[in-house]
Amino acid sequence: MASETMKEGKERYKSGVIPYKKMGYWEPDYKIKDTDVLAMFRITPQAGVEADECAAAVAGESSTATWTVVWTDRLTACEMYRAKAYRVDLVPNTGPGTKTEAQYFAYIAYDIDLFEGNSIANLTASIIGNVFGMKAVKALRLEDMRIPVAYLKTFQGPATGVIVERERMDKFGRPLLGATTKPKLGLSGRNYGRVVYEALKGGLDFMKDDENINSQPFMHWRDRFLYCMDAVNKASAATGEVKGHYMNVTAGTMEEMYARAEFAKSLGSIIIMIDLVIGYSAIQSMAIWARKNDMILHLHRAGNSTYSRQKNHGMSFRVICKWMRMAGVDHIHAGTVVGKLEGDPLMIRGYYDTLLDTHTPVQLEKGIFFEQDWASLNKCMPVASGGIHAGQMHQLLHYLGDDVVLQFGGGTIGHPDGIQAGAIANRTALEVMIMARNEGRDIWNEGPQILADAAKWCGPLKAGLETWKDVTFNYESTDSPDFVPTTTASV
Amino acid sequence: MMTNLGNRVTQGQFSFLPDLTDVQITAQIKYALGKGWALSVEYTDDPHPRNTYWEMFGNPMFDLKDPAGILMEINSCRKTFPNHYIRVVAFSAVRGVESVTMSYIVNRPKKEPGFGLVRQETDGRTMRYTIHSYATDKPEGERY
Repeated sequence: MASETMKEGKERYKSGVIPYKKMGYWEPDYKIKDTDVLAMFRITPQAGVEADECAAAVAGESSTATWTVVWTDRLTACEMYRAKAYRVDLVPNTGPGTKTEAQYFAYIAYDIDLFEGNSIANLTASIIGNVFGMKAVKALRLEDMRIPVAYLKTFQGPATGVIVERERMDKFGRPLLGATTKPKLGLSGRNYGRVVYEALKGGLDFMKDDENINSQPFMHWRDRFLYCMDAVNKASAATGEVKGHYMNVTAGTMEEMYARAEFAKSLGSIIIMIDLVIGYSAIQSMAIWARKNDMILHLHRAGNSTYSRQKNHGMSFRVICKWMRMAGVDHIHAGTVVGKLEGDPLMIRGYYDTLLDTHTPVQLEKGIFFEQDWASLNKCMPVASGGIHAGQMHQLLHYLGDDVVLQFGGGTIGHPDGIQAGAIANRTALEVMIMARNEGRDIWNEGPQILADAAKWCGPLKAGLETWKDVTFNYESTDSPDFVPTTTASV
Repeated sequence: MMTNLGNRVTQGQFSFLPDLTDVQITAQIKYALGKGWALSVEYTDDPHPRNTYWEMFGNPMFDLKDPAGILMEINSCRKTFPNHYIRVVAFSAVRGVESVTMSYIVNRPKKEPGFGLVRQETDGRTMRYTIHSYATDKPEGERY
């Protein structure tokens, strides 16, 4: 259905330049189809450009449009291929009378046939391909997407998923515990494995390579894999638990990543790791490899903050979460709320919901603008990492719930009595808090007392609480939801 | 004798805490029942980390909603197998989970012999690892 604003026939296709709105990319009465891909952008228009023209420009440039009229459109069912901007709302607390220039939430619908199945690369080439540099917008941010079930079903999804990961690890009813080996750079393979062994034997479930640990002069990858697997197996024997070390297989080529993954498998590793910077297609390929080889696939979100942090431009991390769940990773770093990295509690909860829900309702306060049916795609485990310690256990459990890997890097290795003691402190704090919560205690308020009581019989916890008692990172978040309790009318 | 801090197998949700009292066990049962989960009691004399299938002390108690009744089953299992590992397991039948949601040990042998790591040297520096449960050096039924 063409809208009233669109010109028809000969007039529409006259050579020259006409506003996007009049080219058919603005359709306020558009009826959304169940199979449509939906996207919501935050638009900051250039001075003098109307919000709905901006929205139409984004719809146009992320689908069929070019800057001028082309007659070859008339050889196609072009009406279907055009994305339709169907709604524009003023962002609360922006525009005249506020400190921020006007921003708009623009909703755009794309027909499913615009996209190739099972290809994040193709989806993103449209949605974020060209539009972010367009002159008509001063700034542009992709806030959320609705992926239709029909399209989701073309993706593998997480290679292992939360449920099977827990079954393989034999760990239920509590968050998993991990830590990143520190220092990030400089340890030899032998020294590196020592850290892994101590922390796993002490009580952590996982140890982890950092994002930039690949194969450097101080430690080539094979040495790291060999020593770490000795550490993992030795710790497993010492505790009777399944343990793992995220072997970072990130490398310059797919061939090299496959070779490293195969070696990890041959040594009996249960988990490998990749970095977001390897690219969407490489991630999908590694997810297929992981599914085929019974491997858990951990993703470090290296690089994401270059485009996800600023509120007016780039994209929300919740969209990355969505794409990565489709691409097939089992773990993704998704924030801590209380640690050293960016994170408003409700926004972080929104990321976690996106990774874990089977069905997500609209929740504007969490930044979730679309209902999403996950079509039985496996759940992806969020990972909380960066500046967290045992003394925050009640807050972590309150904000993040059970399905999360809590990573205490400094909070384990920096313990005054050693790495094993650090791990014991974290594991004891976790278990005592889970027990208290299950008993119905109010851990948000009683948490510090629960920890203090446990510290009376657990020396390592006592020392840990002493060391980190005053460490908090209270900065205001740059990215927060613009809660809209009632929708504003279309402009 | 195991060499970790507690000299014990640390599987399950609460192995770093002092052994659970009946009151504490009951509180955890209530939590599971409140969530609509079914509880089950399982025991083994081989706590190898990848020994998934411990023996079932009867089927999961889908229809038993009384914490005291479930505690009675646990204690009956403890009486029958005083030197075995016994765990309480909760199952959720909710779509999207349909798996184990809790697992905690409520009984263990007085002496836990633990595990040995068998290293088989292969090509280059590569190693094949086997975790060996010392308890299984003895025949079934004579291990603890």
